[in-house]
Amino acid sequence: MDIILLNIIILVYILAVGYLGYRGWRETRDSADYMVAGRKIHPYVMAMSYGATFISTSAIVGFGGTAGLFGMGLLWLTFLNIFVGIFIAFVVFGKRTRRMGHNLSAMTFPELLARRFESRFIQYFGGLVIFLGMPMYASVVLIGAARFIETTLAIDFDLALMLFSVIIAAYVVLGGLKGVMYTDALQATIMFVGMAFLLVMTYSHLGGIAPAHQALTGMANLVPANLASMGHLGWTAMPAFGSAWWWTLVSTLVLGVGIGVLAMPQLVVRFMTVKSSREINRAVLVGGIFILMMTGVAFVVGALSNVYFVQNEGVIAIAAASGNSDSIIPVYINAAMPEWFVYIFMLTLLAAAMSTLSSQFHAQGTAIGRDVYETLVGMRGGRSIPITRIGIIIAVVVAVILGYVLPPSIIAPGTAIFFGLCAAAFLPMYACALFWRRATRAGAIAGMVAGTFASLFWLVFVHQKEAIALGIAKMILGRDVLIASMPWPVVDPIVVALPVSLVVTVAVSLATKPPAADHVEKCFEGID
Amino acid sequence: MLGINDPWILGVYLLSVLSALLCVAYGLANWNRGGEKEANEIREEVSWEKGETSMEEKELGL
Repeated sequence: MDIILLNIIILVYILAVGYLGYRGWRETRDSADYMVAGRKIHPYVMAMSYGATFISTSAIVGFGGTAGLFGMGLLWLTFLNIFVGIFIAFVVFGKRTRRMGHNLSAMTFPELLARRFESRFIQYFGGLVIFLGMPMYASVVLIGAARFIETTLAIDFDLALMLFSVIIAAYVVLGGLKGVMYTDALQATIMFVGMAFLLVMTYSHLGGIAPAHQALTGMANLVPANLASMGHLGWTAMPAFGSAWWWTLVSTLVLGVGIGVLAMPQLVVRFMTVKSSREINRAVLVGGIFILMMTGVAFVVGALSNVYFVQNEGVIAIAAASGNSDSIIPVYINAAMPEWFVYIFMLTLLAAAMSTLSSQFHAQGTAIGRDVYETLVGMRGGRSIPITRIGIIIAVVVAVILGYVLPPSIIAPGTAIFFGLCAAAFLPMYACALFWRRATRAGAIAGMVAGTFASLFWLVFVHQKEAIALGIAKMILGRDVLIASMPWPVVDPIVVALPVSLVVTVAVSLATKPPAADHVEKCFEGID
Repeated sequence: MLGINDPWILGVYLLSVLSALLCVAYGLANWNRGGEKEANEIREEVSWEKGETSMEEKELGL
């Protein structure tokens, strides 16, 4: 590989990103521009920005590697990513979110919920959940990107971490959401091209779609014994019903990641950036294809890499990657793809990391600046932009510090913790806010608090992956998890916390006085 | 079919593609639906209409 050529390609890319960040900065005049991109974003930019934020490097490399290990059962996640994460999110939730956000002049996700339920508590509690929960998720992406820069560009890890953070911070702080979304659209386009090439070349390399799948189906006897005991029945078969891997696949991936996406603050705010439902209709088309080309391709290629490795090296993918599933996709790309594609794919991964991080930093900045600080000091108007900018800088600094100091065993579950928290804290309240006029402030607050704590309790004491990593259960109870019998240690928090939060929201709403009719009318103005 | 024997995996492979096609079909079918005018556009139209009416009235000597 030609390091100089790769550095030049990346420099050109960084310059393009810098230009788009500059455009965002030039076009930002007021806080609506800075926080909801002036509510006039083009549908292509909106859809690509949503998709690029949604799909991080770990969705491609990490989950793609998991598909290399466990097979195409992961496609259930792709299906949910498209059907729930795009279709339902845009058509059912997005249109109402846009309208209600406009009716209430909301500029952040917690602000939308707070104004709908007329509660300042919802705004700063929601802001705190985002600001405290997101840094671990952000530092997972940040460390992944810095490691990747270290290995491919031969730049020292610490320097890579700093450089990368400073570049992203610069265009997010200056350009606001416009800067973030313009650069996202460029990054998503690069990702789309990279993944499209990967799909076509993999299928053509393995003799076409059906022959490639057939070869993979024929390899079921090569599943290692330890994986077979977890329920692995082959790379084109569902895991054995009720087995450990079946529970992980269904509860964590399908429910946790697949449904949790509906209440991600950095995604929800995208709906408030477009002018009308027409833009959302158009964005659905772009978003659906984009997500199919991201996780769909990553999971199919990840699984099919087994065929390539068995045919060429006589071992399955996980063995070729020395037992580390995160290395399956990179090892496959290096072994099976032409050299020019390796450059494109590196750019794809860099773009995926940057687009996810920029939105995380922006969401955290608005959470701590506007939702927490401004709400608590009772300040409004005028100074939102500088306060949010300071918030973004704090978010970047926290993510960098976490990247340096926290051990990987704590950082790795960060994404799962954040997804679970968001789903349990926000999803029932968000759904009720949009669809149930009878929902009350007390119901919303009770549901949010119950969901947050149910989710945290499950993570700390029951779900073994996080409980063991955090070690709090061990310290208090003297054992790794509260309930050791299967399937509880592998059941995702969302399976428990989401219903708890929903039941509490509905029950408390029904037990309390209905909200004032004129306020509800104002919220739902223009919504059928 | 397609070299995948397990109906759950074949099903989800096709479902993933079909759900993306659903997004495409929905986007195309509703391409121009749901457009909203900007408040200033609406104000402009209203003032234009008013102007038109007063001109007509003058014209007709009402």
